[in-house]
Amino acid sequence: MEQMTKAIDSLRIEHITKRFPGVLACDDVSLEMKRGEILALVGENGAGKTTLMNILMGLYYPDEGKLFINDKEVHFKSPNDAFAYGIGMVHQQYMLVPNMTVLENIALGYKQAWKGLRLDLQSVRKRVKEVAKQYGLVVDPDSYIWQLSVGEQQRVELVKTLCLGAKFLILDEPTSALTPQETDDLIALLRNMSEELSIVFISHKLQEVKDLSSKVAILRHGKVVFQGNTIDHSSSDIAALMTGHEVVLPHNDAPACTLGPMLQLRNLKVRSDRGHLALDDLSLYVCKGEIVGLAGVSGNGQRELAEAINGLRKVESGQILFDGEDIANHTPAHVISSGMGYIPEERNTEGIVPAFSMKENFILKDSESPLFSSHAFLKKKEIDQTAERLRKEFDIRSPNTDVAAGSLSGGNIQKVILAREISRNPKFLIAVYPTRGLDMGAAEFIHKQLLHLRNEGVGILLISEELEEITNLSDQVAVIFKGKIQKVIPSSEASRRRLGILMAGVKDDEEI
Amino acid sequence: MNFVINILSLGIPFSVALLIASLGEMFNQRAGIFNLGCEGMMAMGAFLGMLVPYSIGQGADVPGIYNYLGLLLASGVGALLGLFFGLVVVTFRAPQGIAGIGMQMFGVGTAGTLFRHFVGGTQSIPGINTAPIPGLSNIPILGPLFFNHNPLVYVAFLLVPLSWYVLFKTPWGLRVRAVGTQPRAADSIGIQVNRVRFQALALGGALAGLAGAYLSLCQAKMFSDEIIAGRGFIAVALVYFGHWHPVKIMGGALLFTLAQALQLAIQGLGIDFPYEFLVMLPYLLVIIVLAFSKKSLLMGPTALGKPFNREMRT
Amino acid sequence: MTKRFKTGYRIGVIILAIITAMLLGAIILWAIGADVFKTYLVILTEPLKNKIGITEVLLRTVPLTIIALGITVAYRSGIINIGAEGQMAIGILATTAIALAFPNLPRGVLIPFAILAGAVGGAAWGFIPGALKAKLEVSELLSTVMLNYIAAQLYTFFLRGPMLDPAELTMGSGTPQSMRLSRNLDLTRFIRGTRIHSGLFIAIALAVIIFFLLWKTSYGFKMRAAGASERAARYGGIHVPKYLIIAMMISGAFAGIAGSIEIAGVHRRAIEGVTSGYGFSGIVVALFGGLHPAGIVPAAFFFGLLIYGADMTQRLVGVPANMVQVLQGVIILVIVATKMIIANPYLMQRAEARWNALFAGKSSSKEVEA
Repeated sequence: MEQMTKAIDSLRIEHITKRFPGVLACDDVSLEMKRGEILALVGENGAGKTTLMNILMGLYYPDEGKLFINDKEVHFKSPNDAFAYGIGMVHQQYMLVPNMTVLENIALGYKQAWKGLRLDLQSVRKRVKEVAKQYGLVVDPDSYIWQLSVGEQQRVELVKTLCLGAKFLILDEPTSALTPQETDDLIALLRNMSEELSIVFISHKLQEVKDLSSKVAILRHGKVVFQGNTIDHSSSDIAALMTGHEVVLPHNDAPACTLGPMLQLRNLKVRSDRGHLALDDLSLYVCKGEIVGLAGVSGNGQRELAEAINGLRKVESGQILFDGEDIANHTPAHVISSGMGYIPEERNTEGIVPAFSMKENFILKDSESPLFSSHAFLKKKEIDQTAERLRKEFDIRSPNTDVAAGSLSGGNIQKVILAREISRNPKFLIAVYPTRGLDMGAAEFIHKQLLHLRNEGVGILLISEELEEITNLSDQVAVIFKGKIQKVIPSSEASRRRLGILMAGVKDDEEI
Repeated sequence: MNFVINILSLGIPFSVALLIASLGEMFNQRAGIFNLGCEGMMAMGAFLGMLVPYSIGQGADVPGIYNYLGLLLASGVGALLGLFFGLVVVTFRAPQGIAGIGMQMFGVGTAGTLFRHFVGGTQSIPGINTAPIPGLSNIPILGPLFFNHNPLVYVAFLLVPLSWYVLFKTPWGLRVRAVGTQPRAADSIGIQVNRVRFQALALGGALAGLAGAYLSLCQAKMFSDEIIAGRGFIAVALVYFGHWHPVKIMGGALLFTLAQALQLAIQGLGIDFPYEFLVMLPYLLVIIVLAFSKKSLLMGPTALGKPFNREMRT
Repeated sequence: MTKRFKTGYRIGVIILAIITAMLLGAIILWAIGADVFKTYLVILTEPLKNKIGITEVLLRTVPLTIIALGITVAYRSGIINIGAEGQMAIGILATTAIALAFPNLPRGVLIPFAILAGAVGGAAWGFIPGALKAKLEVSELLSTVMLNYIAAQLYTFFLRGPMLDPAELTMGSGTPQSMRLSRNLDLTRFIRGTRIHSGLFIAIALAVIIFFLLWKTSYGFKMRAAGASERAARYGGIHVPKYLIIAMMISGAFAGIAGSIEIAGVHRRAIEGVTSGYGFSGIVVALFGGLHPAGIVPAAFFFGLLIYGADMTQRLVGVPANMVQVLQGVIILVIVATKMIIANPYLMQRAEARWNALFAGKSSSKEVEA
């Protein structure tokens, strides 16, 4: 890609349509952008935002429609073509090679450094310095990606795109892994950059949309349902347009923790895959009939916590008291049979066996239970009956219970997992990002189920990135930072600002 | 002492086939593909390597050019087999382990079939002889150890720094490493992941073919069904053991041939040790080494074994 | 997408696969100047022309079935067993040892005992790579192959040494083989004039047992879950390493049983070359049979046919017997590629669109939203 790409004065998308097997991702989408504008592309998960941007990046080919840059029609056969026009994208999952340095990652796309049989890293270094000076983005060119924090990696991605000559920047959910303070920094940076570049950013966080964008376009089920100036509309207007109806998420109003503790974590020390202490002397307790929401930027030990409690990760020291018994370092089977329910983070790879049928997934944890087998032989009738009952009770959309669980939609897969866990009558439930990637309807259903469980006396540890979800459902909110619990505060006192400060590691958080 | 030097100087050429094949497999694995069919490609290479001089001379001495043509043919067909393997595991995204076994059976079977038809029996050929480097080969101790071998031995050991340079200092090597570790990142920046993988497979196949040809032209100076004797599989294991790094892989290759040389040494010394247990040694060593080597993929190709599919939505 | 198109598409792809496999084999045949059509004809039909031919095919079906069943158990549990050759060899050694040690036990005791020994031997040889994978994450693809070579050497050692037929020693011919084993070990040859033996019924019984094990028991359920999604199985409380080891032991045991039955039914002594490729052929049979007992039995018959037919091609059309290995390799490659093509919904959708455009003349149907 040339350093001197021509400025993009206007970019137009006309009647773009894109189909995947069984899904219409983009339906006759038309948008226009002018230089210096910041467009927010808003919509629920699955609305087609990322697909549209991937088409703009040359990663997907549209089935119908045209692209115009500066009023000239363009065809992108690969990301290289998009780069040539100065379009660059920072993806939600960073596209960096972990075991290569920052320079090497940039060199992958910086073709000027490819001198036949020699890789000229010096020229890359020079270019990085230029960009750093121009935009104020500083990175250490020689560090390996795996050594960097999430925020630093994002900065590398930005530097990379700019080094490759981007004049049109696409950002996919740029703040999903940042603390509120890092988010503010990014927004200030982007506002600065918009003087020379055009920016499109995808988001479902309405506050950001209001803070940063000059224009907003809303996608629903692959169609553009609204385009306009941000300034003319309120957050609730935009939310209503996103979902198509007024959505009020269920709220937790009942008093809590009158029944004694169910789960007590005491001074837990747990290591991450990389070797460092993911949980560093962590203590927390959850009562029967109480929902404790664990707020925190992803990567501060949430995953390791959930795994440690469920016997999937070694506890170096500390105790996990479950209804009085220390279950630390017991097998997952033991924890399960003690009455622990678990909705894991990755529903497709941890929650269900995708190749198994829905009914086989229902009995995944209970194949040996006398309910479903006698003398090691599976009881077909009982299994079928139970599966059918659960399917109806949880309104899982599928023709029957024999379909492969992996072929269901995200929301339905989550329902399968939920159905299985709830039908086992757990004493306690750990729910990790339970509504991630789901549409509002499915989220509402799951929230109702969680509140119902709580009212039945089940204790719930809710781990989530969505502050609204946490504050709506929880009795208490605990903030986790670098493997420790910063503070536990009642949900009524958990404002976005206060949580943001705690999530960033600051202990002094009292409201002014 | 002389005896030790003799054993070592015999042992170093033994490591050549393993070394060349492993370096080829290193490129495959660095790009994200593990090729159990290496053994089959070596078998084809072994057959084709000796086919050319044999067809010309029927076992008698032939001008050197035909031997080298044999090497060329072996490498060329090896590269083609690599591309064919790529068709199955890259284009069709078939599981690499089983596909590798299929490729191995295909290669070994074809080599055997063609051999029986065109050559047959236990024909031996003069092959390629040692080419001592003038001057250097006369240095005491180091001379016979390092500089009194056939030319391919020198080539093989030169391949080590060459591979290092290609993998770590050239743009292509950068692409190979990216493609094998984080193909999505490479794809998003405009690198054609599958094309790079095909290129790596072609190189790996060519080297596997060359390694096989070495066995028939330089080492055994004949062809038989058992000539490869599992070296292709050992090469794949070696790459794991050597953490995908040319120098460590060379170390591993030398280590294994030491085990083989030990077999000769013990026999040579007349010690009465059951022959079969000595032959077992290298294979046992592979298992022990695999058991105790670090399995971390942290600095290696983390996408090893996973087909790349851009259309897959996470 | 219509169901009719789906089925038609699948059948079409499979037919294309078969043709491709035959074409690839034909290339090699053409390279050696053989008559392609005649060769395939000989391989596929010659053995079936008389009673002896058919029983010889059935003879080979027996070990192929049993080994493929074992490989299926392993594969479905998430571990690929390429070590059947070695496991079979160790099984044979165990059986021979028992037969040599207790030649006078009555048939009803010796046969089960000897076969059990074969199972134990094979299970032990399967335990090693299973444990290595479960505890030390060693790739079973590599460890099983290495163990094959080690087992082969052990086999030769015993056959040349402790188990060598005393008659060979005195005659000085040195063929590495054991003496003719006790008649009490013989499996009945139930069709006069042929070599087919009652091991056939054992094989079929084992097929039924495996079907029940994998699909009707809680153990099989857990093993299949571990093989389908190791992570989800772990999260579901299934102790994956334990089942990996069990699966490899069952797989090894079956290979060992196959070896025992070959000795007891066919050769009646331990000789060289008994395993000759059954370990690898077993893999092809398992894949070709769709990793299900119902498919494995006919698949084993088909490959028994191929193997025996290939023996004949040397004599009848001058094609070396190695050709069978070529065909097996080609079949594996084609099967795994085909499976991926069939499983790709995107490809199917594109194919349907093109089909409709070409033949039905209607515009591509509007997709139903997810």
